[in-house]
Amino acid sequence: MYQLLFFVFAGAAVGFAINLLLQRHPIHSALSLIGVMASLASLYLMLGAEFIAAAQIIVYAGAIMVLFVFVIMLLNAGEEERTQRSRFAKYLGLPLILLLVTSMAAVIYRQVPQDAMVRFGDFPGRTADIGRRLFLNYLLPFEVVSIVILVAIIGTVVLARKDSETEGPGKAVVSEK
Amino acid sequence: MPNTYFQNYLVILLMLGVVVLLAGGMIVLSYLLGQHRPSRVKLSPYECGMVPTGDARQRFSVKFYLVAMVFILFDVEIVFLYPWAVIFHELRMFGFLEMLLFLLLVGAGFAYLWKMGVLDWTGSDTGGPAGGTGGSPAGGRAGGPE
Amino acid sequence: MSPLMVLFALAKIVVILLVLLTVVAYAVWFERKLLAHMQCRWGPTRVGPHGLLQPLADAIKLLTKEDLTPSEVFPLVYLLAPFLSLVTALLAFAVIPFGPETRVGGMDLFQIADLDIGVLFILSVSSMGVYGIALAGWSSNSKYSLLGGLRSSAQMISYELAIGLSIIGVLLLTGSLSLRAIVENQAGAYWGFLPRWNIIPQFAGFVCFLVAAIAETNRLPFDLPEAETELVAGYHTEYSSMKFGMFFMAEYANMVTASCLATLLFFGGWHGPVFGPAILQALLPLLWFSLKVLFFLFLYVWIRATLPRFRYDQLMAFGWKFLVPLALGNLVVTSLVLAIRWS
Repeated sequence: MYQLLFFVFAGAAVGFAINLLLQRHPIHSALSLIGVMASLASLYLMLGAEFIAAAQIIVYAGAIMVLFVFVIMLLNAGEEERTQRSRFAKYLGLPLILLLVTSMAAVIYRQVPQDAMVRFGDFPGRTADIGRRLFLNYLLPFEVVSIVILVAIIGTVVLARKDSETEGPGKAVVSEK
Repeated sequence: MPNTYFQNYLVILLMLGVVVLLAGGMIVLSYLLGQHRPSRVKLSPYECGMVPTGDARQRFSVKFYLVAMVFILFDVEIVFLYPWAVIFHELRMFGFLEMLLFLLLVGAGFAYLWKMGVLDWTGSDTGGPAGGTGGSPAGGRAGGPE
Repeated sequence: MSPLMVLFALAKIVVILLVLLTVVAYAVWFERKLLAHMQCRWGPTRVGPHGLLQPLADAIKLLTKEDLTPSEVFPLVYLLAPFLSLVTALLAFAVIPFGPETRVGGMDLFQIADLDIGVLFILSVSSMGVYGIALAGWSSNSKYSLLGGLRSSAQMISYELAIGLSIIGVLLLTGSLSLRAIVENQAGAYWGFLPRWNIIPQFAGFVCFLVAAIAETNRLPFDLPEAETELVAGYHTEYSSMKFGMFFMAEYANMVTASCLATLLFFGGWHGPVFGPAILQALLPLLWFSLKVLFFLFLYVWIRATLPRFRYDQLMAFGWKFLVPLALGNLVVTSLVLAIRWS
């Protein structure tokens, strides 16, 4: 039962990811990415990490993807034009991907003991567990996050400022009214 | 992990299925029941009865984009607050102090945003040429109840 | 889960959804009637006594209206938007408990699923609701829709922050994200007469939550996305028949969910005086819960009838410069008081 559900969600995640690459219009790609996020959240749920799953939906699917959708809406991005693929990508793309995947699999296989198995719902991922880890064991990384957020806020302001300085009269940013 | 954990989420999955069927059923039903007599004028976008001019999908002020970026940052901050609140009775004063430090740093960022006018929608300092959108001319008339 | 339990769960879901949809339909009637009386009118009176069959007539009308897809829309996204709105609005109801735990055959009667992360579940599902509106506005290829959709999504994400912050005070008091645990923590009374509802220690949080919830559901005085005097109908201008109806249902379902959430988080949920014979004791909590939810629905209409609409810059400034700092201050003060009291 759980194995079946796992394969459904894992398949959905991979399917959405492939769809993301194949779609031509950015909005369809963005929607597929939301689908990927949601499938990943379901996988976290199956592991027992419900807080991580909720955070995944709230932050990735609910906040970061909103920004993506906004950018697509605001810039009125059109359909992607298919370029003639370079010969390099055409002939070496698939072998290189296979090489990457096999090397990753080899590394993971060596790290994990042979008889270890993932047990569904076995991850200490309840909200209180996460809280204890975060606020007792990993206190410093947590406080560093605040500095990262601060830096990102400053970055946001700088981006906006730069935009208004380079704003020429002919630039195609039309405001609402 | 107790069995109720999965049971709860399976019920949620079941609910999702029912709701999806319901919403899908509504769309299909209204497609089947409604009449279909399309005409070119009927299918054109509504513009108060005038002939539509230009493409509707224009570019918009950078302001909306900024709001979304600032939203992500604060959303990340809030997500950290939930596990903290749940185990606060274990952390007590220590927890208060560590979160105070966190909030002070993020609060400094918030104050900076405020001071730089990112939170203003009327000013023209950070937005597009005409300032923020929806500024004073846009929503001037406060509509009463219908 | 045994097949019998699946069947039981399915029956429970269907019954609760039916009740919810009936409440949603009658919320429209309730609002029209109340609004009319506040404006010295009669409201719907023709269909049935006191217009009580009006919701049914509306449903039939919406289902049989011409279902058209305007030219130049993105068909898939255009169809997905009302679907997404309704699904997220109804799904959020899965974790709302409306009575004390009453187990029959291992299943709780008055709640679909008591998740440990109930509050986060509602927040994450409602954060997905933004897409319904943003995509509807964008895919319609109409200027009004696009403006409405953009405004609405920016407004919703801004007030989502205020909602998220205002809830944390309650979580600090309870130490759990489960809605049932939050309600159970509000049982009893201060000094024997004052109910231990969270609104008393968390008044600032409650004000913040209520305002943000009204804005989050796009209701007056924050209904900028639909401001009919300037945007025709906002993001659903180009929608007709039941697709329009689905946006409408989603909006009212969100209102009901927000009212339930306000009741559960701040108004003690189903707690109230319980007396009399056993059957009455079992039913009274449901009555208290419904009355409190009804009060919030009334408040929605009352506010709509009283206040004019905000201007968009006022709206954003109010959210970012008043509600967010207020909620942050409330959070710091609450945690300081609790830290002193507990150590």
